Amino acid sequence: MWVIAARELKSLFLSPLAWSILAAIQIVFGWFFAWLIYLFVRPDVQASLANDPNAPGLTAMVVSALFDWVGIVLLLVMPLLTMRLISEERHNKTLPLLLSAPISMTSIILGKFLGIMGFLMILIAMLSLMPLSLLIGGSLDFGQIAAGLLGLILFLGALASVGLYISTLSSHPTVAAVSTFATFFMLWMFKWAENAGSGNEIISYLAITNHYQSLLEGLFSTTDVIYYILFMALFLILSIQRLDSERFQ
Amino acid sequence: MNTDILVSIKNLSRFYGSLCAVNDISFEVTRGQILGFLGPNGAGKTTTMQIIAGTLSPTIGEISVAGYDLMDYPLKAKAEIGYLPEQPPLYKEMIVEDFLQFCAKLHHISRSKIKSHVDRVIEQCNLQKVTKRLINNLSKGYQQRVGIAQAVIHRPAVIILDEPTIGLDPIQVREIRNLIRNLSEEHSVIISTHILQEVQAICSHVQIINYGQLIFKDTIGNLFSQMQLTRLNLACHRPDADMQILTQIEGIEKVEQQDEHHFHIQYTINKNPAEAIVAKSVSENWGLYELIPENRSLEQIFVELTNEQFKPIKKIGD
Repeated sequence: MWVIAARELKSLFLSPLAWSILAAIQIVFGWFFAWLIYLFVRPDVQASLANDPNAPGLTAMVVSALFDWVGIVLLLVMPLLTMRLISEERHNKTLPLLLSAPISMTSIILGKFLGIMGFLMILIAMLSLMPLSLLIGGSLDFGQIAAGLLGLILFLGALASVGLYISTLSSHPTVAAVSTFATFFMLWMFKWAENAGSGNEIISYLAITNHYQSLLEGLFSTTDVIYYILFMALFLILSIQRLDSERFQ
Repeated sequence: MNTDILVSIKNLSRFYGSLCAVNDISFEVTRGQILGFLGPNGAGKTTTMQIIAGTLSPTIGEISVAGYDLMDYPLKAKAEIGYLPEQPPLYKEMIVEDFLQFCAKLHHISRSKIKSHVDRVIEQCNLQKVTKRLINNLSKGYQQRVGIAQAVIHRPAVIILDEPTIGLDPIQVREIRNLIRNLSEEHSVIISTHILQEVQAICSHVQIINYGQLIFKDTIGNLFSQMQLTRLNLACHRPDADMQILTQIEGIEKVEQQDEHHFHIQYTINKNPAEAIVAKSVSENWGLYELIPENRSLEQIFVELTNEQFKPIKKIGD
């Protein structure tokens, strides 16, 4: 399992894709972060914050907003990362190497998943350095940051598991990427189902982005954490089943 | 139970939908054999090999490898198999050495032994010159060798090679064949091919498969004896006017004249008259310059066998 994860991570960095994603995200969010800081220190904003007894602090205004956008942007980037996981192996006919080795399907899927999570961790670690730089001239609410990070990791894990599953369905990375995009948008759009009228609460409850908003605000709720864990487990199990069933076709 | 039977296949069938790719095949492979799996394209060779390698499930049938049932103990059975599919499964973006290390890890070779295993296969497969090169930049022959190296890295009991010499130039083919011959000293080898010379060149046993059915299963020696005909071709510079005189020699049934110098001689089984013919030709001063036993080619046998038992593809419900 770890062998596959390590190879997956390594091969990501052997292609320019990983580097360009890291670079692009770093540039975009560097700029975005600077803009958030600028907004926070603007005299008029500071003045209105000073008058508001329930004013959001530095962490809420800068860090949470940053993580919120990181989630959305990665939702767009994720299909590019997950598309090749299984479909490329199938396309290059390298899947038999894994299937004929003495490892279980579960190890293959979990290895792939952990590999991509490893990459996301690197990405998140690099992005977290930005808010940490605020410590130079201010104080941060580490509890809220930790909750936000946990939320982000769980959210990305859930996205990655969906991407992995869709990748097991196809033998062309591009097809996998497009389908993953569509699925993510569906999951995202559930969020607005509420506005469509009553009775849609269930759909909006399923929206993948909703459960991580409260974590970003520093509200740690077990339901949200369990929602993401169940979500990941479901799609990982589906992926394993799918890969296993291929031998019977 | 005989431990020397490394692969045993019983009543194996495989359907793709209603199409029957492999139909009730049974065979065994013992230690040290090189089994040639021969058949035209689409005969079910690859399917059978995929099933033995565990990348495809049989519809019906039992397979055991080195005593482990592939269904009940898949991981133990797979540890005893080295498999090279038709297209070598190589991560093209890796360098040869890293790739082989990865394969060693996949087969749970302990960390301390990885280096010695990788070094061994690099030597075995003659990859010393390319260890630091990207697999993508290697020639087809080298890629094939990396594929074989990958299959033998964990010293499996059985090596399965699916058309290992396809698409290679004649020199590379010879090198790969030598490599396979060397491997058979340690492992049992199953190779599939539709090239008859290949079987002739390296295999100890032959199986011919057509339309998913095994139609011939024997040693290569027996295959050759099947190929032998009871005919000799004779050529002399100064033959007698009437060569029918040869029928006086024991065993010779018939002499046919082909042209001025060439004759076909038909003899009874197990009574090869070659020696007597040579003696006769010397005493009569015929000037014998050719005496060739006539063989049926492997092609002819193959065509005969495949036509003889010609059966259309079976469909469920027929």
